[in-house]
Amino acid sequence: MSRGTVPAPVPTIAGRTIARRATPERTGNRRAPRPLLVLAIFACAIASIPLVYLVVRAGSSGLGDIVAILGRPRIPQLLANTVGLALAVTASCIAIGVPTAFLLARAKLRFRGFFAVLAALPLAIPSYLAAYGWLAAVPTFNGFWAAWLVLTLVSVPYVTLPVAAALRAGTTALDDVARTLGRGPWRAFWLGTWPQIRPATLAGALLVCLYVLSEFGAVALLRFPVLTTAIQQAYGASFNRNYAAILATVLVLLAIVLVLGEQAARGRARRRFGAVGGVSRHRIIRLGKWTAPASLLLAGVPALAVGLPVAVLFARLLDAETLRALDPVELGQAVVNTLMLAVGGAVIAVLLALPIGALAAKYAGRLVRIIESVGYLALGLPGIVVGLSLVFFSLAVVPALYQTGIVLAFAYGVLFMPKAIGAIRSSIAQVPVSLEDVARTLGYGRAQTWWLVTARLARPGIAAGALLVAVTAMKELPATLLLRPTGTDTLAIELWSRTDVSAYGAAAPYAAALVLLAAIPAFLLSGAGRGRTDGPL
Amino acid sequence: MRAFRRGLLVSAALAVAAMTLSGCAASTTTPDGESDGELTLYAGRDEALIAPLLAQFTADTGIEVSARYGSTSELGALLLEEGNNTPAEVFLSQDAGALGALANADLVADIPADTAGLIPAGFTSQDNSWIGVTGRARVIAYDSQSVTEAELPDSVGDLAGAEWTGRVGFAPGNASFQSFLTALRVLDGEDAAADWVERVSANSPVLTESNGATLDLVSAGQLDVGLINHYYWFEDAAETGADNMRAQLKFLPGDAGGMVNVTGAAILASSANDPDALALIEYLVSEKAQRYFVEETYEYPLLPGVAAPAGLPTLESLVNTGLDLSDLDSLEQTQSLLAEYGLL
Repeated sequence: MSRGTVPAPVPTIAGRTIARRATPERTGNRRAPRPLLVLAIFACAIASIPLVYLVVRAGSSGLGDIVAILGRPRIPQLLANTVGLALAVTASCIAIGVPTAFLLARAKLRFRGFFAVLAALPLAIPSYLAAYGWLAAVPTFNGFWAAWLVLTLVSVPYVTLPVAAALRAGTTALDDVARTLGRGPWRAFWLGTWPQIRPATLAGALLVCLYVLSEFGAVALLRFPVLTTAIQQAYGASFNRNYAAILATVLVLLAIVLVLGEQAARGRARRRFGAVGGVSRHRIIRLGKWTAPASLLLAGVPALAVGLPVAVLFARLLDAETLRALDPVELGQAVVNTLMLAVGGAVIAVLLALPIGALAAKYAGRLVRIIESVGYLALGLPGIVVGLSLVFFSLAVVPALYQTGIVLAFAYGVLFMPKAIGAIRSSIAQVPVSLEDVARTLGYGRAQTWWLVTARLARPGIAAGALLVAVTAMKELPATLLLRPTGTDTLAIELWSRTDVSAYGAAAPYAAALVLLAAIPAFLLSGAGRGRTDGPL
Repeated sequence: MRAFRRGLLVSAALAVAAMTLSGCAASTTTPDGESDGELTLYAGRDEALIAPLLAQFTADTGIEVSARYGSTSELGALLLEEGNNTPAEVFLSQDAGALGALANADLVADIPADTAGLIPAGFTSQDNSWIGVTGRARVIAYDSQSVTEAELPDSVGDLAGAEWTGRVGFAPGNASFQSFLTALRVLDGEDAAADWVERVSANSPVLTESNGATLDLVSAGQLDVGLINHYYWFEDAAETGADNMRAQLKFLPGDAGGMVNVTGAAILASSANDPDALALIEYLVSEKAQRYFVEETYEYPLLPGVAAPAGLPTLESLVNTGLDLSDLDSLEQTQSLLAEYGLL
């Protein structure tokens, strides 16, 4: 059994000693099988296409140019705005997402399934649409707090969903032990439950933080200048790709700091508490007088994130003069295109994220950490940069596929693979190694074992990763504009081309179709459709 | 084992599905000088505006156009990235700067002089690398409920005064705003321009990301004065009704702040001598197309003899520096000036 791990029995608060023994068996000296390592390195190489492109572009500027651009008086302000917004949104997503997840997983709720769907629904709203809705409702809405509010509202599900899943899989037994040892309820939660949900919280927070770094649509509408708006200006007024690349490189450096920070924090959590597998048993809390405030929290975020922008859009629809006759064929074609491309993007993202997630789940070491980190970086870059890097790449490597759906779906895969890595990693990490070992002793090959045992048990996490990618890809605009086949329109593009000329009336049906379509993966992610309330994340 | 095989089958099915995602990558090459009756256009302008024009072009000439719509900045960056591998034969641009960037990178083919000469100097390129199609005046958009037209100065230069603190908005990263500043540098001199930027930047300006966003603020009563292009107002008026417009326009004849920017088109270098590409360029500056732009967008026609939109000051009354608006070296100086005072 030197290669296996017995699922930990109910550990004690003093799990420190157990964990020290358990952890090395799980992640320590076992060497990653070569095929897995090769696949992961391949996926990592694909993920680093945008980074290579940036190095080429930024590198073609002289050092003097780089210093001059980074030395502009406005750059420190933009940098401070970017970092401040990313940290503030991340903090508030944790502050809202963790309690929301706790209520969904551990509280006695009427309409729990309904609330679970509501909690996932903000995923269906593109941030630029949410910003537009708020701006139309409150004309004075702009600046830091406006950007903070809108991005928080649309990003909370990235924390809520994985934390709720971790809570459902976890146990309250540790809290009970703490209570019997005389700790108060909050202290007991901190000692017993928090360590179980901390990795999920960190993973969600990382996605939020990287997303805010790369966001352009909402911050531009809400007039909060950050690095991405400066990058857009570099393309739009200076026509200077090298200048844009220098600024984008700054974003990559920020992303590296964030990814390493998350890895360090996650690593500590694992060392301290080890795996709390085996037992999934928890008490359901009665809310009593807290029912009303809890319901308000659960309904409030989706109402502000989804309800308000959609309502405003339809109000505009009613008094617009440009409400042209809707072309149902055009709308239907856009729906089909959006769906096909999103599914293609999700498949590619999962194929790329699988080896990286599997490697990170089961093995440790510097190489593994580097591979995982690189997999995340593209998420911190604005879509236009990733899109251009794939123009560059596809023309150089597969010119025949340039401006086809394949390259666009591939771009979605590169852009959004990080959204699948976390879900896949955590679900594979939960598969007991002993089961895999049993399969091997029964004569199954490595690939068969992987397919029949590991992948099957990790399926909910893999599906969740795919759904997250699909819902994001449906809303994607900048890379789609660059890479789509000429003449192919998605819902996001139809929406953009109408709002760009103030034809809000004509835009409304496309906005509605986009939100409805994106609500499907959001609904599936909430887990409510499966009759039980444990979501797949 | 059966599940394993089924898994392989599923993977194969997915691969097939992925293949169907690839449409046909139309990349036809024809020998120089021969028409193949097909054309790929990158259009940095609105589809609702351009598509009917292209349909008419096809009806008139029999040349089928495959159009790719996007913003000018994105399509400009895309063309630079594609280089000579671009499938595009013609680029229709929202501003001169993007055309200048392509010309600088040797990615455009010269337009024959007899076509290029149709558009008066100052509204087109100096070296026939691209051709001007329509003109847009810089204007002041003002909130008619808080400012009267009489209160507004006749020169943007006077908007830097203390009475306008916090009341003036513009998009410093926008190409047409930067063209205005270039015009100010040329007409009033470097020192006066630098002085204006310094005083405006210290006067709590409201900075936006686009002309459209600036006008939205004025229309919503959030901003007294915005510096924009005139045709944005007409787009909004088409949506909400001209009588309902809270924002009003003031043109500035004779002032740098009222100068004219142009939209233009170029033939990509990889399609030099393509008669279809040239046919589209000729069509864009034909009387028919010029009148279409006037009627649909209230932009200025650049072809002499076509009447400007009713109610607008004449094109001749507005400032034309005679500069090459696509001159990137000059643009770079303007941007350094904006950067120096923290506006960019």
